[in-house]
Amino acid sequence: MWRRFKRDRPGVLSAYVVTFFFLVALAAPLISKLYGKNPTQTYGLDEPGLLNEYGYPVKPNGGMSGSFWFGLEPTLGRDVLMQLVYGIRTSLLIAAAATVLCVLTGVLIGVTAGYLGGRTDYLLGRFIDLLLAFPSQLSFIAFTPVVYSLFVSPEKETPTYLRVVTLILVLWVLGWMGLARLLRGQVLSLREREFVEAAKVTGASPWRIISKELLPNLWTPILVQSTLMLPSFVTIEAGLSFIGVGIVEPTPDWGRMFANGAHYYESDITYIFFPGFAMIVFVVAFNLLGDSVRDAFDPRTGR
Amino acid sequence: MSDKVSPPGPREAVATGEPLLVAESLTKHFPVRGGFPVRRTVGAVQAVDGIDLTVRAGESFGLVGESGCGKSTTGRLLTRLLEPSAGRILYRGRDITHASRKQFAPVRSEIQMIFQDPYASLNPRQTVGRIVSGPMEINGIEPPGGREARVQELLETVGLNPEHYNRFPHEFSGGQRQRIGVARALALEPKVVVADEPVSALDVSIQAQVVNLLQRLQRELGIAFLFIAHDLAVVRHVSHRVAVMYLGRIVEVGTRDDIYGRPRHPYTHALLSAVPVLGDGASPRERIRLTGDVPSPIAPPSGCRFRTRCWKARDRCAVEAPPLARADGSAEGHLSACHFPEPPATADSGGAVRPGGRSGTAGQPGRG
Repeated sequence: MWRRFKRDRPGVLSAYVVTFFFLVALAAPLISKLYGKNPTQTYGLDEPGLLNEYGYPVKPNGGMSGSFWFGLEPTLGRDVLMQLVYGIRTSLLIAAAATVLCVLTGVLIGVTAGYLGGRTDYLLGRFIDLLLAFPSQLSFIAFTPVVYSLFVSPEKETPTYLRVVTLILVLWVLGWMGLARLLRGQVLSLREREFVEAAKVTGASPWRIISKELLPNLWTPILVQSTLMLPSFVTIEAGLSFIGVGIVEPTPDWGRMFANGAHYYESDITYIFFPGFAMIVFVVAFNLLGDSVRDAFDPRTGR
Repeated sequence: MSDKVSPPGPREAVATGEPLLVAESLTKHFPVRGGFPVRRTVGAVQAVDGIDLTVRAGESFGLVGESGCGKSTTGRLLTRLLEPSAGRILYRGRDITHASRKQFAPVRSEIQMIFQDPYASLNPRQTVGRIVSGPMEINGIEPPGGREARVQELLETVGLNPEHYNRFPHEFSGGQRQRIGVARALALEPKVVVADEPVSALDVSIQAQVVNLLQRLQRELGIAFLFIAHDLAVVRHVSHRVAVMYLGRIVEVGTRDDIYGRPRHPYTHALLSAVPVLGDGASPRERIRLTGDVPSPIAPPSGCRFRTRCWKARDRCAVEAPPLARADGSAEGHLSACHFPEPPATADSGGAVRPGGRSGTAGQPGRG
């Protein structure tokens, strides 16, 4: 399987790109140290001559220069590169954690419902329907403050880690149903195939049938769904931060950079360019990687 | 293809002719649910309704009947893939009717199955090596020389190249896939193999090869076969004894020569007369045409189940179900379930069904 994947050029390339993003997120403090700046310091306000009287960078292209590679943030004058690196770190952490939880829950519940069938299937199916009936975007907005108040009294400041955990929880609770329902259907059709009966005739345990006979046939939907899920969580998280129920200042956030960038794009297009370009590259690379991994898993595709 | 076949395992030997797998009034009814708002069982599909059969050690037992008569359900009941509704299954005298997976484990490996559709019975994500070694892994069998060597030996036994160990099923043709299925069934050195229409999904020219492979294995390894098929010519070619099923019941059972040469049940007569014969055309055989459809197994006819289509049906047939018994003039062990059995001869005295009757090639001894 590894050999088949390595032969797939776009797949390998996008794997490098995706790995690069995760490395950047992981190594953010290291980058900060090497680059010599941090994401929260307001360089533009501290040093005169970087921002003009309206709060925009003086130098062309959003203030790009040898010391501020991606330019300066309008108004506050923070370093865009560091904002982006730490923003990617926050967003990817939330999206990756939520994706892992959703995939695990989806696989567990979907395969259980499909394999056991009968009453279990019926109850789990109705529960999935119930959760799917929630308008997710509205629910995110409505429930996130509720979950915050469960942990912290409204008067106090919510710690950042709690905001992150809350966002992961909210994304998880309303994110796993699609995969679970898809896998339930797949298992339902696979379970009646003769190779499952053949395994039963040789005395295989239900656990072995699920893990050795069914799961290898489910990798395709699982991978496709999770590679769609992760970028969509990144965008949902961005949306929540945009509205103000997600990550708040001063914690850097990828999504909030768009929100800010949308304010300034008429006067300072550079500020939205780098986060936007990074997001497009990331999402495209991630989807291409998902396709290639699926092809590598499926022995029937001709590679 | 190698003709060398490894000898069966050192487990306790069975004497040829000893009853191995016995079904006693075995029954499977599938519930039909319906009704609103409370769903309840409103009826049952009587797929298998009280059949008795015995597969003896080392013999090849054919089970024939038209589509939907319960042949495959019987096979799945005997391999315990389905839970019987009533009746008993005995394996070498041990009651395995409702044995759980753990209780059944010691004899599980001795009853194996070959499936009908070679495209559905092999996991597309597993290599041939893993498919064939899977049963050994599950049962913790460590053959001398390692599993891989044993798998390659099995592949050679069924006429495949041992170097195909790492290939995936989709790289093989239908006939080769079925050979992989046979190798998997042999991996546990079974004493009984239930072959559920093993050749009906294959091309006619391939059928002969697979049939001959099964026959060779049966002879050389002494495995008992329950051969389920609707192809009369194939069953005649491979079976020592034959049972004919109609609508969930066995209507006639006997040796191959009894069934094909001296059938007593009208249904068997009708079946045999439906097989086309290559002939001179000068003496057209009388073809028995059955009218109407097979009745629904949800509401089968009272008494004899064949009476609705039988040309000899009398009032008695509707009241009294005929027992499976030896009719006057039948040989020992030749049982038929009919109140008014036919004279023991086919319409054109014996020669009606030759191997290969369906296509002219299916049963011809081909490449061994």
